[in-house]
Amino acid sequence: MSVEAARACLQGVDRSRVGWVALASTTLPFADRSNAGVVSAALGLREQCAMQDFAASRRGATGALIAALDRSDVTDDALVIGADRRLTRPGSSQEAAYGHAAAALLVGRGAGTIAERVAHATVAGDFVDQYRASGEDYDYALEERWVRDEGQLRFLPQAIRLALERAGAAADRIAHVVAPTPARSSQAIARAAGLPERSVAADRFDACGDTGTPHPLLLLADCLERALPGELVLVTGFGQGADALLLRATDAVRSHRKDGVAAAFDGGISEPEYLRFLSHCGVVQMDWGKRAERDARTAHTVAWRRHRDIVGFVGGRCRRCDTVQYPRTRACVNPECRAFDTQDEQPLADTGGSVKTWTEDWLAYTRDPPLVYGNVAFDGGGNVFTEFTDTRPGDLAVGTRVRFVFRVKDIDAARGFHRYFWKATVTH
Amino acid sequence: MATGIRDKVAIIGMGCCRFGERWDCGAEDLMLEAFAEALADAQLERDRIEAAWLGVFYQEQSISKSGLSLSMALRLPNVPVTRVENLCATGTEALRGAAYAVAAGAVDIALAMGVEKLKDTGFPGLPERTKGTFEDLWQPGFTPPGAFAQLAAAYAARHGHEMTTLKRAMAHVSWKSHENAAHNPKAHLRNRIRIEQALEAPMVAYPLGLYDCCGVSDGAACAIVTTPAIAVSLGRCDMVTIKALQLAPSNGVELSHASWDGSHTITTRLAAERAYREAAVRDPRRELGLIEVHDCFSITELVLMEDLGLSDAGRAVADVLDGRYDRDGAIPCQVDGGLKCFGHPVGASGLRMAYEVYTQLLGRAGERQVGSPALGLTHNLGGIPNRNVASVSLFGLHGK
Repeated sequence: MSVEAARACLQGVDRSRVGWVALASTTLPFADRSNAGVVSAALGLREQCAMQDFAASRRGATGALIAALDRSDVTDDALVIGADRRLTRPGSSQEAAYGHAAAALLVGRGAGTIAERVAHATVAGDFVDQYRASGEDYDYALEERWVRDEGQLRFLPQAIRLALERAGAAADRIAHVVAPTPARSSQAIARAAGLPERSVAADRFDACGDTGTPHPLLLLADCLERALPGELVLVTGFGQGADALLLRATDAVRSHRKDGVAAAFDGGISEPEYLRFLSHCGVVQMDWGKRAERDARTAHTVAWRRHRDIVGFVGGRCRRCDTVQYPRTRACVNPECRAFDTQDEQPLADTGGSVKTWTEDWLAYTRDPPLVYGNVAFDGGGNVFTEFTDTRPGDLAVGTRVRFVFRVKDIDAARGFHRYFWKATVTH
Repeated sequence: MATGIRDKVAIIGMGCCRFGERWDCGAEDLMLEAFAEALADAQLERDRIEAAWLGVFYQEQSISKSGLSLSMALRLPNVPVTRVENLCATGTEALRGAAYAVAAGAVDIALAMGVEKLKDTGFPGLPERTKGTFEDLWQPGFTPPGAFAQLAAAYAARHGHEMTTLKRAMAHVSWKSHENAAHNPKAHLRNRIRIEQALEAPMVAYPLGLYDCCGVSDGAACAIVTTPAIAVSLGRCDMVTIKALQLAPSNGVELSHASWDGSHTITTRLAAERAYREAAVRDPRRELGLIEVHDCFSITELVLMEDLGLSDAGRAVADVLDGRYDRDGAIPCQVDGGLKCFGHPVGASGLRMAYEVYTQLLGRAGERQVGSPALGLTHNLGGIPNRNVASVSLFGLHGK
């Protein structure tokens, strides 16, 4: 999700400008392996790019955004991502309320800047509205009214007032308020901080649920697709205190895309089967049969040697015959060429393609049967034998247009490792 | 200029065990069953064998990686045994080793054995295995039926066939093999089926249903080869000689290059072309008396008819439905039941095909004899359409 959000964010951007990647989440897949580093590698960012995971607080995304804005002595850009994959127990209120999402922002000084910082403030307090101990899957939430009255209504208005004070801005001039709280609580927070109630942005829980860490960034992205030049936007984060960040939309906001968040809400496919949903969340342990017993050990020597191929989805292009090929090898695959050591790197992640062959395999092991795979012909040449994702039986035909997305490829349950690769999905 | 091995090597004995779920047998027992038949056929002392080639694919873990298991199972007189493996062309690869040794004059008499004991793997289908440390990082977690199902999607699109028409032709392919196997006491699946049964069977990998997939069996088959001159000295009159043994592996084009459209097998076309040239076959459609091809899945057999030059492009569907490859058709195909019904113990399959062609050429096939053929073809396709090794072999009566 983080990679996909970042790709959407970086459309048309020269990625060599990115010098820092921050990934904020309370549900990072690795405790010892830079998760921002995985994202950086998938995006093909340069090796000098610094990376930072912001963990253990739903306020991490606003924290990372403020940290990115504070990088005052650098000239490159910072990519800030918030993401959470929030597991819940069946039947819990969280199950009905939560969503999984990622959102990404690019922070820099370029001419295309759509919003600039005015001021920010943080008020901290070890207020435990909910928690999840290390190694646990599920949140333990405290009483909602206590959380609202003693937590959200105490910390958020304080941080907001402090930020406005630092900015010297009047509360009634705020055009948009982004808060990670339910709309009714946000209204109360706005009233407490003296903000106009009409400025409170919709919580979008109806569209994507409460997504946790990324939610302030997701709502900010949504807000900036509608903001007018000069409007003040207040972004807040909550979790063991509160962040408030005041931004002003620039003239460039006029030419900013208007459909990014909506497109994300409309993408993917729906899963109407509750049992399959529980299985995807790992709540129900299905019997996957003997084929799931295959050892999914990763040869990390190979994974590292070929990480540009695998994580970055970089193929080769022959200097002699211009043939694009995946994987990149030392000998050109073009039967008319076959030259040695003539291939330059050819990024393929953003290259579209069309389905050459396909099948829906009900015998193969996958946690989302059937396993759909086949050959895709890249636009501009080359072929990849690949899995498809987000397809349902009957979706594919020879010639169907596809694009590539970054996904979990295999899970090595025995060693607690999972590996990523790219999969084709139908272009809508 | 190399002249190939046409008529330089004679087969003087062949054996094939009963294929199936041989719960009562290990690989050693299967090999002995095939070998005893071949020795009796050749009327030869075991110690006349000077070298042997053993083909085994999956089951190296149970019978060891080397050639030792053959040497020990047959109590061979400490002659060299070479173990070979080349996916589903493994059995043919063993024969190629033995035949080349004889043709080179290195030995007078050699043995080729292929075996697979699949029913000890614990899998109802072919067992799961790693595809390679790099390949596992990116290739789909495919199964053989899913990999070959790709051919159907591409073939239908390429030639503008409705899937329902293609499915009916595929069902005919399987129906025909079940009919043929009913006459074969050594076949794994000897039941007859109806076309509708095949069409309505549960889906395995679209569009391949249960009856589009071959049997997964235990089995062994072997051949004893020598020169035609020695065969004559041993008193052989009717003699089957090898007319051609050709192999073509993929070089990556199917996996990485845009030129392959997924609807055919490049390697089969190359191997067939070379084999027809080696055997001086000018018109395979007229000259071939029977064929045994790699019908791992019904769609594979269907597209192979075009790859082997026996049907025109896009016409295999019509030819199959017209009965051209039925036992009473112009070119009988899989008269022993094929991989579909004789079964597919991977390492043995190439030699099992040769066994049927040999038996038919000598007119010994009893109730399943198809006339008096003078030339027969066997074909293996190891791997998957995206990367594979194809073998095409031709066998004929000596002097014809």
